[in-house]
Amino acid sequence: MNLSQALEIASCSDPGIVRAHNEDSIAADGARGLVVLADGMGGYNAGEVASGMATTVITTELQHLLEETPPYRIEPASGRPWAERLLREQIAKANTSIFQAAQSQPQYSGMGTTLVAAVFYDNKVSIAHIGDSRAYRLRGEQFEQLTRDHSLLQEQLDSGMITPEQAKFSQNKNLVTRALGIDPTVEPEIHCHEVKPEDIYLLCSDGLNDMVSDEDIGMTLQTLRANLRLAAQQLVQMANDNGGRDNVSVILVRVLKDYAAPAGWLARLFSWLK
Amino acid sequence: MPAKLILSMDGLVLKEIALTKERTTIGRKPHNDIQIDNLAVSGEHAVIVTILNDSFLEDLGSTNGTLVNGQPIKKHFLQNNDVVELGKYKLKYVSDQTSKAAAPQDFEKTMVLRPGAMPKPEAPKPATSQAVPTMSASQPTPTAAAGSPAPAVSQPVRPAASPAAPQAAPPTSASQPMSASQPLAAGGRVAAIQILSGASAGKEMELTKALTTLGKPGVQVAVITKRPQGYFITHVEGANFPILNGKVLDAQAHPLNDHDILELAGVKMEFFYKT
Repeated sequence: MNLSQALEIASCSDPGIVRAHNEDSIAADGARGLVVLADGMGGYNAGEVASGMATTVITTELQHLLEETPPYRIEPASGRPWAERLLREQIAKANTSIFQAAQSQPQYSGMGTTLVAAVFYDNKVSIAHIGDSRAYRLRGEQFEQLTRDHSLLQEQLDSGMITPEQAKFSQNKNLVTRALGIDPTVEPEIHCHEVKPEDIYLLCSDGLNDMVSDEDIGMTLQTLRANLRLAAQQLVQMANDNGGRDNVSVILVRVLKDYAAPAGWLARLFSWLK
Repeated sequence: MPAKLILSMDGLVLKEIALTKERTTIGRKPHNDIQIDNLAVSGEHAVIVTILNDSFLEDLGSTNGTLVNGQPIKKHFLQNNDVVELGKYKLKYVSDQTSKAAAPQDFEKTMVLRPGAMPKPEAPKPATSQAVPTMSASQPTPTAAAGSPAPAVSQPVRPAASPAAPQAAPPTSASQPMSASQPLAAGGRVAAIQILSGASAGKEMELTKALTTLGKPGVQVAVITKRPQGYFITHVEGANFPILNGKVLDAQAHPLNDHDILELAGVKMEFFYKT
């Protein structure tokens, strides 16, 4: 099923003001409803290598697999949509690739990457994330974070060790508790959300949400929702105007219309022949 | 300089301990890093996990408990001048705030804490449920850290930001998201738009927000952005682009100067600085 008529995608990635390298990596395939964002870490250019491997492995593999199996099909064993299994498997594959490269080549030692990836299908979106790259949703007036960081700060917040006020001043913003490529296996967190036309989904690296408050991100998306590309550029610009201390990447996906999967077997056959 | 603990009893300072290790154990038994030979102190009483500049105190299920600033705690994020009490003994936590400025290389580089290194909160909650109990309410989270390996902070990572990067001595530094709704932008000067033609001629609008949209949604919309360098106008939607001083703009952002004349959807307006 081709989603290019149902989704509008805009993205922007920038090294920021302070850093010389852009270790973020983004990929999008509108037709297959696939967006991937990774924020790499590791000395020299290893961060770029890790995030580049993550987006490349996951996008290229998923592009094939989404053609083979409809992502909305329910996997009998788990009762979950096939998309989640595909995401999980390909994230595991990317993890292995990065981990092995880091093990075998000294210059890549210790490299890793955070990840947020989304697959749109059947009026739904499955979002997988690892680390502190985030997904948000603007629905009507409401701007809301869909992912929960795998970070020390978030754990401190959850366990009540610090308050949200203290969190703003924490020195620990940069410690993630999960990343791709650091250990032989990694467990992504995957959630499925219902999608409505006119929703806007934002995937971003921490370079955005560390520099621009959620309130201002939401306001910008609302103000500029008519021009997605401008909204993406504006968000990056705001991060840079506020100091631009990290690489900043955003992917925006606007749902233009309903994209329910064909329901009956005849409709499926028809869409398959198309 | 690492943070340190000052051990005292009845106001008498017994010794100072620098928190150089990732795990500093406190207890009565001799294998502890800080041994306190007193029967009110459990064999393995508590542990302090130190990650970079932050230290976390955790009670290891001791018989008589651990107090911080007079409150019993299970787990606690130590802050400068916190007083930890184990029986009659007091440990004052002193972290030299200025030491943070001395490590610009480590600042803000993302690092990975290995899974299992820190006590995990129970079940992941959805992002929206942010009901966060306050710190003093000791949380009965499972004390997974007790038997788990020391937190291994992996190698540093993102290449050092240029050493000249603005360094955060006081924690109120730039790492806090600045609110664009009250920007220090445009050199502190506030500008406004005055409508010159049409039904609302004479109306004035102050440009105090980071973004102000002009025009009619669905017909023609432009946005004025307030930035540190000044104000800019950008086309947002519609077939026609805004006209600035008689010239049709392109899709790029254009800087606005005092007394520029804008035309949007047939309405003329003037941009000017208020002060």
